[in-house]
Amino acid sequence: MATASRPRVSETVQTGADVVVESLVRHGVEVIFAYPGGASMPLHQSLTKYADRIRTILPRHEQGGGFAAQGYARTTGRPGVCMATSGPGALNLVTAIADAKMDSVPMVALTGQVGTNVIGTDAFQETPIVEVCRGITKHHYLVTHHDDIARVMKEAFHIATTGRPGPVLVDLPKNIQLAQFVPDYDVPMNLPGYRPEPRPPQPEQIAQVAAAIKRAKRPVIYAGGGVITGDASDELRELVRKTGIPVTMTLMGLGAFPADDKLCLDMLGMHGSVYANYAVDEADLLIAIGVRFDDRVTGKVAEFAQHGFIVHIDIDPSEINKNKLVHVPIVADVEDALHALNKIVEKPAAPLDEWYAKINQWKQEDPFSYDRSFDGILPQHAIAELSRLTADRDTIVTVGVGQHQMWAAQFFKFRRPRTWLSSSGLGTMGFGLPAAMGAKVAHPESLVIDIDGDGSILMNIQEFATCRTENIPVKVLLLNNQHLGMVVQWEDRFFKGNRAHTYLGPIDNPEACGQGDGISPECRYPDFVSIARGFGWQAETVVEKGGLEGALRRLVDSEGPALLDVQVPYQEHVLPMIPGGMTVRDLIKQ
Amino acid sequence: MRHVISATVQNVPGVLAHVSGMLASRGYNIDSLAVGETEDRGFSRMTFVLRGDDRVLDQVRRQLEKIVTIVRVDDISSRNYVERDLMLIKIAAPPGPERSHVKELADIFRGRIVDVAADSVVVEISGTEKKLEGFIELMRPIGILELVRTGRIAMVRGGPPTREQTEADDDGRSDEPSSARESLA
Repeated sequence: MATASRPRVSETVQTGADVVVESLVRHGVEVIFAYPGGASMPLHQSLTKYADRIRTILPRHEQGGGFAAQGYARTTGRPGVCMATSGPGALNLVTAIADAKMDSVPMVALTGQVGTNVIGTDAFQETPIVEVCRGITKHHYLVTHHDDIARVMKEAFHIATTGRPGPVLVDLPKNIQLAQFVPDYDVPMNLPGYRPEPRPPQPEQIAQVAAAIKRAKRPVIYAGGGVITGDASDELRELVRKTGIPVTMTLMGLGAFPADDKLCLDMLGMHGSVYANYAVDEADLLIAIGVRFDDRVTGKVAEFAQHGFIVHIDIDPSEINKNKLVHVPIVADVEDALHALNKIVEKPAAPLDEWYAKINQWKQEDPFSYDRSFDGILPQHAIAELSRLTADRDTIVTVGVGQHQMWAAQFFKFRRPRTWLSSSGLGTMGFGLPAAMGAKVAHPESLVIDIDGDGSILMNIQEFATCRTENIPVKVLLLNNQHLGMVVQWEDRFFKGNRAHTYLGPIDNPEACGQGDGISPECRYPDFVSIARGFGWQAETVVEKGGLEGALRRLVDSEGPALLDVQVPYQEHVLPMIPGGMTVRDLIKQ
Repeated sequence: MRHVISATVQNVPGVLAHVSGMLASRGYNIDSLAVGETEDRGFSRMTFVLRGDDRVLDQVRRQLEKIVTIVRVDDISSRNYVERDLMLIKIAAPPGPERSHVKELADIFRGRIVDVAADSVVVEISGTEKKLEGFIELMRPIGILELVRTGRIAMVRGGPPTREQTEADDDGRSDEPSSARESLA
């Protein structure tokens, strides 16, 4: 890392906490989301000494801090940093850490810990956080000697950002933070078992892929988060320019290829487009790049792309043949592999006109659609309108989890990588608002919008305070249907519509047992506009379709943090849909 | 298929918990796991015995390699290796013919009596899994009071296999039964 060749900065005595913070500076950290407590106070004291170089943002819940760090990391590619105290503080980071692991987000999470002399005694606010996080981090450290701090910090950033990125936890006992010593920042890393540098792609494998493309008649590219994480979006576009192969993306891959390109098949999988799923099913060549054949993409994995010759490019060897056996497994950095391929690749020998015609027919028959004549505001319409109104702006979108997330993936047009942030693997509700916060901190010039649901936003609504107090003007488009819409949809489809704790209003309302025929504006709960205003946000509600465009314009043009509460019906289903574990032949269009 | 995996790991706290936790959370069953320091204090060796098809084992190996503190992973099943398991077994054997019988069988299996009490003896015995199981079967009718095993450890033989090496492996000798079923048959 950058510190390796620098001389020792000083012979002066520093505290352990100073060494931690100095290490952050040396690794280029410009912002940390940190919530203090007894066991992390020395670290916070040090942060004030470095306030000119590191901005410390106080979230209102550690989970919010963790997701804000992710928002920073996902939009920049640089490691996000968050910090919490021991015990409950550390435990509140756990979900954000697990989320970062699932979506391969580089993150360094620092936690305070009780002093080493009382570890293991069930001391006040003691939790064995390293034990808790073992299976959900890329790596983890409990620092038990102050001489290890500089090396551990160096290793933490190295591990978090190289190979397949992920979260690294560093647990710092309070006495280690308080120790006074002369630090050596130049200490070498001790990672004999960590070899993240991927081998260069093997020329014979790349030639195999080029040959497969040459003879393909129905090729499809299936691009995932690895294309974005690996900064390979340009190479992907180049490959498509050279070969004319249509591209479908996973939820994590959106933005890797522009949605308005005629070769874009949009998202595939459970709520992916009909045409993407049909195309993959009929493909004679599937080029899977930076993906992991997730069950939400493949459905019944044995029948996924069963007619195709499959190429799989990924940096993580453990993803090869994990879920799906493939014909050409290439363990490599996706950018390197695509770069090598682009040098030799040629168009398929036979023109793809027939294949294009078939795909275009599918596109015309079954586009993503909704009832445009609906009297009120449909959630899909609100998103499509937002996408239209912000098309010429530098926009980053975050989401929570559920129906609104899928509709945002379907109806918002993403054109660039790192402009779409979704808790995809773990599916954590409450991700949207704090992730938007982190994204906005990293990109103050961008328009950052959290498209959220009324269930998800309540899970981290306390971050309204952070946005206001720290001057982070994010926008929230709240699609408020008073229900946990995705679960309601499954209740409707698979449980005869029996409502089981999926209505978010008062339990004595008829909707609580599925009896109501809609939600009247008077009985909506809670009053998000008052809540937002109470936090110092600008906020308004829109109910009428005619008022939507104006309200959206006011939202995106507002100065400070702003909320638009859109009243939408709860009866809408996300379609198309391939039920879990099933195949494209079970695809539900209606 | 039975696989023996040998892993070199950094000798740091938590590495055993990390490995066993990973195997458990991904649903892999281990028959045996043994761990101890190597000639270099900075590293330990773990030996696993697992059952599964090649695809499962391939995944296990790749998942193990992903753990930062694991330096090297070898599936040595297909190679020429020596495998041992150490057992201490306490047998209800009061002085008299029973105890003599135990002593006799322990000798045949190249075991040693390492403790003698009024009503029991403790036998130390090492060898392959099969050999130990053979001895256990023979002791069962006599009365096993307590039993503890280290789990399998294994090492790839040096150089290409020779006749001498095969003979040096005591399990290759004909004077020692490798299982109770064979000796009782």
